[in-house]
Amino acid sequence: MSRLVPHPLLSALLLLMWLALTRVSLGQLVLGALVALVAGWAMARLRPARPRLRRASAIPRLLGLVAWDILRSNAAVAWLILTDGRHGRRRSGFLRVPLRLRDPSALAVLAIIVTATPGTAWLEYDAETGVLLLHVFDLVDESQWRDLIQTRYESLLMEIFE
Amino acid sequence: MSGTILALALGFAQVALGLAGGLAVLTILRGPRAQDRVLGLDTFYVTGMLLFLVTGLRSGSLFFFEAACVIGVTGFVATVALAKFLLRGEVIE
Amino acid sequence: MTHLDAVPLWVALPAALLLVLGSGLTLLGAFGLARLQSFYDRLHAPTLGTSWGTAGIVLASVLLFSWLEGRPVLQELLIGVFVMLTTPVTLMLLGRASLHRDRAEGSAAVPPAGNARPADRGTAGADGARGAATPPAWP
Repeated sequence: MSRLVPHPLLSALLLLMWLALTRVSLGQLVLGALVALVAGWAMARLRPARPRLRRASAIPRLLGLVAWDILRSNAAVAWLILTDGRHGRRRSGFLRVPLRLRDPSALAVLAIIVTATPGTAWLEYDAETGVLLLHVFDLVDESQWRDLIQTRYESLLMEIFE
Repeated sequence: MSGTILALALGFAQVALGLAGGLAVLTILRGPRAQDRVLGLDTFYVTGMLLFLVTGLRSGSLFFFEAACVIGVTGFVATVALAKFLLRGEVIE
Repeated sequence: MTHLDAVPLWVALPAALLLVLGSGLTLLGAFGLARLQSFYDRLHAPTLGTSWGTAGIVLASVLLFSWLEGRPVLQELLIGVFVMLTTPVTLMLLGRASLHRDRAEGSAAVPPAGNARPADRGTAGADGARGAATPPAWP
């Protein structure tokens, strides 16, 4: 099984994507399954280090948290743009956050979360020291933002991946 | 009734996205630095892609979706290539 | 406009709201892009359009087309997923490129390279963990 379908999740998602792009019929199902299988083999050749999920049950919690946070910060940033940054009193700045997270896929997920959220931008990650450099749009309280990254996302990601 | 509401919403969306595209073009032209222009281009193609989706809704045809996909992929590759060029091409090497 | 008249109100109202929300947020993002002063501030503006701006329009499109076609039309969601995964890559690369250029010019407005290490000379993807910061790995 693992030789025939080396990346079951990837293949399943590809098949789903194929069916979403075309109409659902037996022919498309067979064709999509074929494409998904070949892509799985190609992936196995390309990237032997696969992400390990330790506790996948926490993923829906993470997704909900992220969707809600993105919605909230959308409103916050939109309001800041509309009011001209509290009439010129908004202060933005750089922020260094030391991370305990080391797993590459967990870091990739954290990068997507941080960048997709309006108001924070991921600039640089130093792999040796594990320090992340962020730019924050509305830097009222540095420790509050550091806390947001470290307790809200990092601990949950460590629970899922490490 | 619902036709009017939808027509109004679609009209608003088209005007808003058109304006957003115009502002992105303004950023591309004005700069001041190369990275600002690339960021403007990135915004411009996302806006164009959304405009195609809205136009598809207005005409009721699913074919605009394919065009939006193509714009998304080419725009992404273009921005990544430009950012990569800024990262290693110009100032130092 | 004939195909839009047949849509019932309970589909039309949420779709219209989502459309207005999505396009309004995208417009605000572009407005911020043109208006804000420094590059690092501007970096935040387009994420309005790529997060809930795109999500609103994509969800409205899914709602309307699913009704019009009489089957669930989910392909628009793929665009949402695609934008969600690609925007971090472009914005992160742009941010690093800008940081790199500012440091090379000796600008005082940006923080120096971390912990007295020499400035990163664009060796992205050379080592594993930094490679993770570039393209998101597929599951």
